[in-house]
Amino acid sequence: MKNIWIVAKKDLSSFFSSPVFYSLTSVFLILNGFIFFNILNFFSLQSFQAQQLRGGGIGLNLNEMVIEPSFQNMAVILLLIIPLVTMRSFAEEKKSKTFALLLSSPIHLREIIVGKFLACMIVITLMILLSAYSTIYLFIVGHPEVGPIITGYLGILLMTGCYVSMGLFASSLTDNQIIAAVISFGLSLFIWIIGWGAQASGPGLGQLLEFLSLITHLEHFLKGLVSSSDLVYYFSFILFGLFLTHRILESSRWR
Amino acid sequence: MIEVEQLSKSYGPREAIKNLSFQIKKGEVVGFLGPNGAGKSTTMNILSCIMPASSGSARICGYDVFEQALEIRKLIGYLPETPPLYSDMVVYDYLTFAARLRNIPSKKTKLAVDQVIERCSLNEVDGRIIGRLSKGYQQRVGIAQALVHDPDILILDEPTIGLDPIQIIEIRKLIQELSASHTIILSSHILPEITQICKRVIIISDGQIAAVDSLEALTTRLRKGERLLLKIRQNNNEIINKLSALKKVTTVTEEQPAQFIIDCEPNADIQDEIAQLTLDNKWGLVELKPVSMTLEDIFLKLTLEENEGPQ
Repeated sequence: MKNIWIVAKKDLSSFFSSPVFYSLTSVFLILNGFIFFNILNFFSLQSFQAQQLRGGGIGLNLNEMVIEPSFQNMAVILLLIIPLVTMRSFAEEKKSKTFALLLSSPIHLREIIVGKFLACMIVITLMILLSAYSTIYLFIVGHPEVGPIITGYLGILLMTGCYVSMGLFASSLTDNQIIAAVISFGLSLFIWIIGWGAQASGPGLGQLLEFLSLITHLEHFLKGLVSSSDLVYYFSFILFGLFLTHRILESSRWR
Repeated sequence: MIEVEQLSKSYGPREAIKNLSFQIKKGEVVGFLGPNGAGKSTTMNILSCIMPASSGSARICGYDVFEQALEIRKLIGYLPETPPLYSDMVVYDYLTFAARLRNIPSKKTKLAVDQVIERCSLNEVDGRIIGRLSKGYQQRVGIAQALVHDPDILILDEPTIGLDPIQIIEIRKLIQELSASHTIILSSHILPEITQICKRVIIISDGQIAAVDSLEALTTRLRKGERLLLKIRQNNNEIINKLSALKKVTTVTEEQPAQFIIDCEPNADIQDEIAQLTLDNKWGLVELKPVSMTLEDIFLKLTLEENEGPQ
């Protein structure tokens, strides 16, 4: 546990001392803010019209019309941002030959991997926290339901975990950061849209593809639904990604 | 302390090292010598548990490099050919990180880092970013990283490569200081370096051991006879003939005008005769001295013999 934190702390300090983190966070916050502003604008227009048409009385649901789409859009932006956070994890260590320092130290390979996973997770959680001003704002001007917001953040974090574990896997494959980012972006996008194949395939395979898709499981969380099947999906996805990373790094020592 | 038996490693079809066997005792300073691509780095990588061997075994302090890698990593300090430096980190933070990685408890980290900074004379640069340091200082930080947990064994892969002459001397001095209290394995393709630092040499050529011995033993073993240098003022064709005519002289070669290398039989002790001959002929004696074989000659001879052998 101590070794994991040593590795994570080092990665975090290099994140915070590099301009990459700040530019990524800025882009994330700007895009997120712009989208939130537009969703909110649309919502107020709708509720204004609804009031006029029906003579008032019916309030539109803030959770369904603002928070849920905000989370969905955040998931898309994260899809673009996370490969850029994870790409350096192993690729840069291999390129600059610093990986030898970690490998010749008395720590397990799995501690290195989990440490790097933790560092990426903390960085992205921080980005998400910074964007939480929008949710806080909604609490100031309205009365959204708390439950779905909490599960929504939980779902986003679990999905982030999946992206990060795929990103680490991609980064372990190569010593080129750009290739790592491209692979991880491709994988993330593919696992996102894999459910689209469900319509074209038979009932058995279709269900499987539907189940594999990241977005189906996220929808449940955004609706305020936490089911064990979704949790199992996310956790096994993350562990599988980390396991593959471990295999790749271990086998590269033999070659 | 270090026992290597029948160690082999192949990268695909290419065999990097073949059946290496050698032993290193506690406190020894051993030099790995060989041309580029001879398998020095591969051997060091295996010894520091970074990559496993294809076959054979290596044990350090009784621990197997494959089975008990974690134990060994606590005992060794390793400086790879390219020092593993995070160029965006400050020297002090980097060494702290290295110390923590090597299981130094957090309370003792500061002390350990301060000591290693003192030892490697990094006081002036400990607050600077590694990427902006000179190559010499970067190399020092690399050595400091290997030393921070005060390991029993130091494995240094080409510690002076790419440095300027002054920096080389500084690093050598540092290694010499360290050799008093550590077992050191050092690799190099630069011969004088090994001559100055190491007591024992392992010469590797083409992935195989060409010779393992102490420097003096190697020199005597390979010097088949003695060699003298004669420098005189005059020069004519007769001189070579007259010198060759002397008893016990095997060959005479004119190295430069009026400068001769005289090879003679072992224990010939013919300086007197040569001096007498020079005086008698009034060649004008400038210098007459025995030439000891340098490691360079030994190395060339060994690797050449190796190549000529199977043909």
